[in-house]
Amino acid sequence: MRIVPFLISGLCTAGLILVLNTQLTVGGSKTPRLGYFLSPQLGFWQNAESTNTDFSGELKLNGLKGKVDVFMDDRLVPHIYAENDLDAYYVQGYIHAKFRLWQMEFQTHVAAGRLSEIVGEERLATDRFFRRLGMVYGAEQTMANMDTDPEMKATVDAYADGVNAYIQSLKPEQIPFEYKLLDYKPEAWTPLKTYLFLMYMSYDLTGGAAATDLKMTNAKNYFGYEDFNKLYPNVHDSLNPIIPSGTLFADPAIIPVAPLNSDSVYLKYTISSTAMAPVVPDKDNGSNNWAVSGSKTKSGRPILCNDPHLGLNLPSLWFEVQINTPSHNTYGASFPGSPAVIIGFNDNIAWGVTNAGRDVLDYYDIQFKDSTLTEYMYNGEWTQAEHRKEVIKVKGKPASIENMALTVFGPVMYDNAYKNSSTDGKYLAVHWTANMPGTGLQTFYKLNRSKNYDEYINATSLWSCPGQNFVFASKTNDIAIKQQGAFIARWERQGDFVMPGTDDSYAWQGIIPLEENPMMKNPGRGFVSSANQMSTDSTYPYYLGAANNFPLYRGIIINRKLSEMNNITVEDMQHLQMDNYNVFAEMARPVLLKYLAINTLNADEKKYVDLLANWNLRSDVNEKGPTIFKCIWDSLENEVWGDEISKSKLPFPRPDAPTLLESLLRNASFIFEDNINTTDKKETIHDDVLAAFKKAYTYLVKLEKEDRLEWARFKSTKVNHLLKLPALSRLQLPIGGGEHIINAAKETHGPSWRMIVHLTDEIEAYGVYPGGQSGNPGSKFYDSFVDAWAAGKYYRIVFIGKEAAAKSEKMKWHLTFTNS
Amino acid sequence: MKFFVSIVLTAFLAFVAGIYSTIPWWSFAVTSLIVAIAIHQKPGKAFLSGFLGLFLLWVGLSLFKDAANEHILSAKVAKILPLGGSYIALILVTGIIGGLVSGLSSVTGSYVKKSK
Repeated sequence: MRIVPFLISGLCTAGLILVLNTQLTVGGSKTPRLGYFLSPQLGFWQNAESTNTDFSGELKLNGLKGKVDVFMDDRLVPHIYAENDLDAYYVQGYIHAKFRLWQMEFQTHVAAGRLSEIVGEERLATDRFFRRLGMVYGAEQTMANMDTDPEMKATVDAYADGVNAYIQSLKPEQIPFEYKLLDYKPEAWTPLKTYLFLMYMSYDLTGGAAATDLKMTNAKNYFGYEDFNKLYPNVHDSLNPIIPSGTLFADPAIIPVAPLNSDSVYLKYTISSTAMAPVVPDKDNGSNNWAVSGSKTKSGRPILCNDPHLGLNLPSLWFEVQINTPSHNTYGASFPGSPAVIIGFNDNIAWGVTNAGRDVLDYYDIQFKDSTLTEYMYNGEWTQAEHRKEVIKVKGKPASIENMALTVFGPVMYDNAYKNSSTDGKYLAVHWTANMPGTGLQTFYKLNRSKNYDEYINATSLWSCPGQNFVFASKTNDIAIKQQGAFIARWERQGDFVMPGTDDSYAWQGIIPLEENPMMKNPGRGFVSSANQMSTDSTYPYYLGAANNFPLYRGIIINRKLSEMNNITVEDMQHLQMDNYNVFAEMARPVLLKYLAINTLNADEKKYVDLLANWNLRSDVNEKGPTIFKCIWDSLENEVWGDEISKSKLPFPRPDAPTLLESLLRNASFIFEDNINTTDKKETIHDDVLAAFKKAYTYLVKLEKEDRLEWARFKSTKVNHLLKLPALSRLQLPIGGGEHIINAAKETHGPSWRMIVHLTDEIEAYGVYPGGQSGNPGSKFYDSFVDAWAAGKYYRIVFIGKEAAAKSEKMKWHLTFTNS
Repeated sequence: MKFFVSIVLTAFLAFVAGIYSTIPWWSFAVTSLIVAIAIHQKPGKAFLSGFLGLFLLWVGLSLFKDAANEHILSAKVAKILPLGGSYIALILVTGIIGGLVSGLSSVTGSYVKKSK
């Protein structure tokens, strides 16, 4: 034996294996363990799913009571036929996991503040933020509450059992692609994870206030309350509310009263605070929904439409499913991570949701006796605080431990251990309805089974957070909309800023009784609709929140179009969901053209003005007008607000587009038109518009050279993979629309599920979402709906009984589940 | 003859070891070592047969997966790694990585007996 060369080559072999078995850092990101990742029998090649995969099979699993048949149609939508409800949810869990396991776990890791555990220290800031906001705390509260309801507990448990049955069946080489890429393994699913996922939705839809309330406080301090009120008004002139203006509201059960000192201590008192959330929900998280009554349709039957606008991601937030049991037969979009259908229809009714946008998160400034946070001042007495420990595991590093104090208002988010330069020395407690014991899935569980209007009202009355506009239509020709949630009975401006927390004078004075929440049934106009606008006019007896919480323009155009339409067909509704008319530009373009000194422009500059003036106001894929309009408008906002924003050391929200437009439309003298950085001159709106145009012009020339003047190229809508890897994302989609437009497809945000349900005897339904049923990037079903979605095409939904399914040509695969 | 038998045996044993997915991906380093000890060759030849055994196995297996998948996943992974989106490059890299480990292990095995 030749010892020396043996040892040398042996060491070389071991060394190479070691290198290939380690995650290497290249250019700031980590590689997978290359040897493992590339191994054809273990690594990513195993996730390269054959395009002819047979998804059929007979499964014997522990925990089922009867037999479950699942027919998968040609779009990979499972149609679950079970002999009882719990078996159906068990199989829903199994199927969700089979196609979306990595995403389900990743999303709940985000909500639980556990990303550092898999990615490393760079996600610690996000994790700390979510822990301190009380995400885990809130999920636990709601779970404890719902565990007292045997039906809901059994449902969530059965779902978890199904997910775990799948996880246990996985061989190491079968784990989803992303686990191999990031090098970790799936863990067991728990019922808490379902509640964590719902908590994430609450954050996405109401958590914006965690950043907004601090920024609004900064803005109030910077401008003073008088000017603040002009920039961040309570209501916009052109509001077209969900409940039509002029509707009479009953006398309120609660009359919220502002504390006597609120003028001096709250509204006009200035304290500095700033903190930016590492993850800020998109301001336009929201949606469109409407239902038209049979009086307005060609068939004489109602049509219900819904398109929730959320972050566009792969794998998609949504997963289509049909659940058929002796108690109900329901189809719609479900959340991987949660049992039941969230937006959909059944044999009798259809329902949809949009975000209510009401403020349900406030900060209270707490006084502690000392830095140990054991006692705080409340109603003149030192009060004992409870404590909660959050342990954040960090990959390759010691764990980070958060010690949070809990007060009567909620968890103390900002304290001496979690702060930034401006919250230094402050203790801010978060009071958020999502942190209170909620009702979880109960509303959707009941909607899945609702047969008529009364049952819809009963189901939605249980909903607490995030507040939603539930739209409804039934085969019996009822249509309705109800804004439901646990909404705080607020006095004007209550909670828009950080509030004093030393006593109960600023505390919430009650939750608005549910019968007083805005609602409407079978109105004479023949339709109901919502698009995240303010739900009522200012005669509603409670304060709804600052107007900049509520997008304005989609509501205007939807109501205008629906009023004009008659003899409506499903096709008309498809066109309406895809409508690219820009009503904001309709109002704003004349103002721009009025104040722009066109005669001072040269021929090249005039070319863009002509394009703008001759634009048909539609933000279609190939239009140049919308790009020119947007560049000039954004540039104008910078001219008007940029000087104030750059002067302030603390971040504040830019006043919203309607505020600027309506100020200009009123033609009132407008103090903010002056550039406060110039002292020799007082700028007018004419100067601002001209300056904005000149800056936009330079940019437009550049865009034209790059061939990016057409709207879709400029806007560049994409559907990002959850890890933001371009290779796994769909980029540069040819789709029009955008902000203020019914087809609300923005860059990374937009209609995440489009659904149309025609309530004929046999339900005629259509749907599409920008993703695919499989979460596996190696499957042809990964992004199979994306092109249809961008093009405005819909899939006819297959909604049939078990016997018909067994014979249907649409059904490509058949899975059976029985107890082992 | 020895050369070809080594290649086939290296590939075959690596494949069999790979079926047991609970053991690590580098299990073939052990089987390649055993083959190289059992079928003695000069270090150069041992390397080549060890390399080719795994190269051919891994290229073959990934080609098989990739063809059935119509390059859906390989095109994406070849952008992440980054190999310019070329699935051919990715398959070659796969083969070379497996081949190098196996080849080195085979060289090690060739030193167990003295060359004649």
